Amino acid sequence: MAEVVLTGITKRFGRDTALSDVSLTVPDGAFVVLLGPTGAGKTTTLRLIAGLETPDAGDITIGGESVLGLTPAQRDVAMVFQQYSLYPHMTVRDNLAFPLRSPILRTPEHEITGKINEVAEVLHIAHKLNNKATALSGGEMQRVSIGRALVRAPQLFLMDEPLSSLDAKLRADLRIELKRIHSALGATLLYVTHDQIEAMTMASHVGVLDHGRLAQFGPPREIYENPVSLTVAGRLGLPRINALPADLFPGAPAGAATIGLRPEHIAQGEGQTAQITRVEHLGDQTRLHLSLHGHDIITLTDPHTDLRGGQSIAIAPRKPLYFDASGVRLA
Amino acid sequence: MSDYSITAASPAQKWLAGTLVVLYAVITIMPLLWIIATGFKTPADAISYPPKIVFDPTLEGYVNLFTTRTRVTPETLEALGEPTTWYDRIVRQYDMVIAGPSRFGERFLNSVIIGFGSTFLSVFLGTLAAYAFSRFKVPLKDDLLFFILSTRMMPPIAVAIPIFLMFRQLGLSDTHAGMILLYTAVNLSLSVWLLKGFIDEIPREYEEAALIDGYTRFQAFTKVVLPQAATGIASTAIFCLIFAWNEYAFAVLLTSGTAQTAPPFIPTIIGVGGQDWPAVAAGATIFLVPVMVFTILLRKHLLRGITFGAVRK
Ligand SMILES: Nc1ncnc2c1ncn2[C@@H]1O[C@H](COP(=O)(O)OP(=O)(O)O)[C@@H](O)[C@H]1O
Ligand SMILES: [Mg+2]
Repeated sequence: MAEVVLTGITKRFGRDTALSDVSLTVPDGAFVVLLGPTGAGKTTTLRLIAGLETPDAGDITIGGESVLGLTPAQRDVAMVFQQYSLYPHMTVRDNLAFPLRSPILRTPEHEITGKINEVAEVLHIAHKLNNKATALSGGEMQRVSIGRALVRAPQLFLMDEPLSSLDAKLRADLRIELKRIHSALGATLLYVTHDQIEAMTMASHVGVLDHGRLAQFGPPREIYENPVSLTVAGRLGLPRINALPADLFPGAPAGAATIGLRPEHIAQGEGQTAQITRVEHLGDQTRLHLSLHGHDIITLTDPHTDLRGGQSIAIAPRKPLYFDASGVRLA
Repeated sequence: MSDYSITAASPAQKWLAGTLVVLYAVITIMPLLWIIATGFKTPADAISYPPKIVFDPTLEGYVNLFTTRTRVTPETLEALGEPTTWYDRIVRQYDMVIAGPSRFGERFLNSVIIGFGSTFLSVFLGTLAAYAFSRFKVPLKDDLLFFILSTRMMPPIAVAIPIFLMFRQLGLSDTHAGMILLYTAVNLSLSVWLLKGFIDEIPREYEEAALIDGYTRFQAFTKVVLPQAATGIASTAIFCLIFAWNEYAFAVLLTSGTAQTAPPFIPTIIGVGGQDWPAVAAGATIFLVPVMVFTILLRKHLLRGITFGAVRK
């Protein structure tokens, strides 16, 4: 059982507040993705759970027990760092064996070999086992880092943007691989990223961090469809949600300052007339760049559309999201 | 102008550079060759003017370095019969016999004990201190680091008198422990600062990964930080050893017998009717060997260490 609960966690570095009053429950066996821009406090959250930092306020429990008094080694978590965690003076094999040889595990050598081969197979690094860790490409290094977490089978995995240094193809492959490993192991996984595709494709739950606060927590679809604020709405969805003055379209509720329109939530052929400034053919989708009373709007259209720049088109909101002046969701 | 290149030197430039390097090397190696050559000369050849470049090499200097000799009457010499060893033969040319070993061996051993002892201690303490300064919140960290550096802001010999008095009070005069302590104290600031630079360069994530993987802080230090810091430790050790090995002023002041190191001893080697130059040169030659061997063994690290420090910080 490895349910992780953060209650009222605050962490300051000097005068900077990295996290303020964050409460979060990572259900046992869940794949939780923390999403947020650089500096939001994602890495700090993982470091607090791993025991590399101590919170200024709040409590952290893993499996129902407070871990604040425990050393990192006693918490039985594995962490994949954003960068630099392979030991350059060791071979890939020794890097993978390092956690197994720890005084806590003391795995017999013949078991170590078996486990390493197994993990190396899964991560496609079997042919690199005898290389020095420095003689690997960035993608291989990151796979070894993930492998070092996997050999241990801990109760909780923490991963800090493990795929951010990889190329698109490898990233797509490893997303699927990680998801598969997660369901095979049934372990709890807390995964940090600023990439919304990773969040949408892998997460059972997404937590959106913004300036050290947990803005929203829930299943990815719910966060996409029901964002609590403009910031959260802007975090998920590509192209980004269109944020426009609320009075641009009729029907705004009282107090609304901003209307949020997802590109797929704009009806065409009715309502107000907008100018088409550009048509982008991306193959699987076609984007229309529009201008309405001087505001830029992006929407999607049929891949085989005849529309071109300079023409006009009538548009109307469907399923609009309204936000007040401070960005809080109204309706 | 197709063969013109801004990166490749022209043959003339190469010649000039090569000549300069060779010239510089000859100038710096000259005294060394002189000393080594003198070690193999007879006392007469050693002081002949103009200096002899071609001479009959002899091991007399080395024999005199390691032995004490007494003059005997021709009758006694006769009674001893034929010399049995090559060194006996050398000595008897001068109507002398070997009375026993000289003190050079002991002094050299003192140098080894004190030089390597203080180097080990400086690097050991320096590594631990540098690690703490690099990784932990130490109260008054900057002030402490400045204080450590400030101990080197004047020549150590400036405090010779207080140290002399302190050593006498504490019974440290002419002891191995005293000299090791003194050289360690002098070298420690260099060692802390150099090593802190090297350890700062090692990402903390390495240790943190080890901590999470079930190792203690100390194990993470020995298994992860030390191997990464090997280059820095090796170059620091060389600097410390060179200082402790060659130190002369304190050694003259604070040692006279039991703990006397080779540098104050070598110039006092007296032969027949004055300074025994071949023996002095032989002593200096042997004295050079350990530092040379140590440096050659660690030179791979030394070069990387020096450029690291210069480029990275
Ligand atoms: N060791 C530290 N010392 C000082 N400030 C820090 C430290 N670690 C993080 N911070 C600050 O805390 C904030 C959150 O950092 P971080 O958790 O690394 O963000 P993220 O991983 O989301 O990019 C940032 O403003 C960062 O500058
Ligand atoms: Mg980060």
